[in-house]
Amino acid sequence: MVQLTLPKNSQVKTGKTWPKPEGATNVRAFRIYRWDPDSGDNPRIDTYHVDLDDCGPMVLDALIKIKNEIDPTLTFRRSCREGICGSCAMNIDGGNTLACTYGIDEVKGDVRVYPLPHMPVVKDLIPDLTHFYAQHAAVKPWLETTTNEPQTEWRQTIEDREKLDGLYECVMCACCSTSCPSYWWNGDRYLGPAALLHAYRWIIDSRDEATGERLDDLEDPFKLYRCHTIMNCAKTCPKGLNPAKAIAEIKKKMVERTL
Amino acid sequence: MSILTSYKRVAGLGSAKEGTHHWWMQRLTAIALVPLTIFFVVPFGSNLGAGHDAVVETYTNPWNAVIAILFIITAFYHLMMGLQVVIEDYVHGKAGVVLLIANTLLCWALAIAGVFAVVKIALGA
Repeated sequence: MVQLTLPKNSQVKTGKTWPKPEGATNVRAFRIYRWDPDSGDNPRIDTYHVDLDDCGPMVLDALIKIKNEIDPTLTFRRSCREGICGSCAMNIDGGNTLACTYGIDEVKGDVRVYPLPHMPVVKDLIPDLTHFYAQHAAVKPWLETTTNEPQTEWRQTIEDREKLDGLYECVMCACCSTSCPSYWWNGDRYLGPAALLHAYRWIIDSRDEATGERLDDLEDPFKLYRCHTIMNCAKTCPKGLNPAKAIAEIKKKMVERTL
Repeated sequence: MSILTSYKRVAGLGSAKEGTHHWWMQRLTAIALVPLTIFFVVPFGSNLGAGHDAVVETYTNPWNAVIAILFIITAFYHLMMGLQVVIEDYVHGKAGVVLLIANTLLCWALAIAGVFAVVKIALGA
């Protein structure tokens, strides 16, 4: 049954408020989710104050500044700081996005930062994405062919290559899947928008010869049809992609092969 | 408890190879219900407050009777499929199975009772 309240040991308490920087005039408060698996304590919200006149423009800049200058125990993933690695996906101001491409000036008031919703938390802002990555692997995100490998490359027309636009750009940050209520309630069986977008990327690839098998593997009330076109995935995608449309296209292909 | 790889957990019991028929029929019935609801509600509504004879007269008309039967079957089929999805979404485990069985049996029972009622009036039994 759907769980509507947090278990007692997951309820979020008020944490520490760190002092404001002295002499700063342009200060913004960051209210950040903290949880340390080693302490046995409940999660808490710590409040940090960042001098925006001495900080980069993005939320990730502020997080790095906090870690460097205020509290080195603050834990988060980050790598490329330009929206291509997908590591710093988190819930900022109530929406899932990449901290490195989300401007502090896009948030009004205190900046609330939480880990991606409804995933097990490893520590602070780091969710456990093991299951999410396994779902990606399950859709076989690689070229599958029966024909002998050509001497050079598998050829593709420009029009067919254009069908992959809006799909190949996905960086697997997990913002979409963790924003999807269907994924929250049934993420154990529902593959989720990210994995399904990748599935569709190979279904419409003109070079792929396993289209039928791919559709067979997805035709399932839970793996595919838990999508109820809620559209949170398209709304939240920090890369501006539309996983909901990719899923709708898969559903159309399913019907197409029965009619 | 068992030790399963994450890939094994995702693979589960594999694909059920169904769901497309359900999805397609839910959309077909939704489209069908747009005209059917109008053609059903208009004569049904015009009889509100009218006497027994007026209702009997309306449904001895074959057009009204057939529309009513189509509406009842389509509406309950659509209802059954819709509730099934809600139950699958929110109720897991044994409780879900019990609700799914109850949903199927109740919807069929109510649909057939409705059809029988219309037929009985239409044929003047």
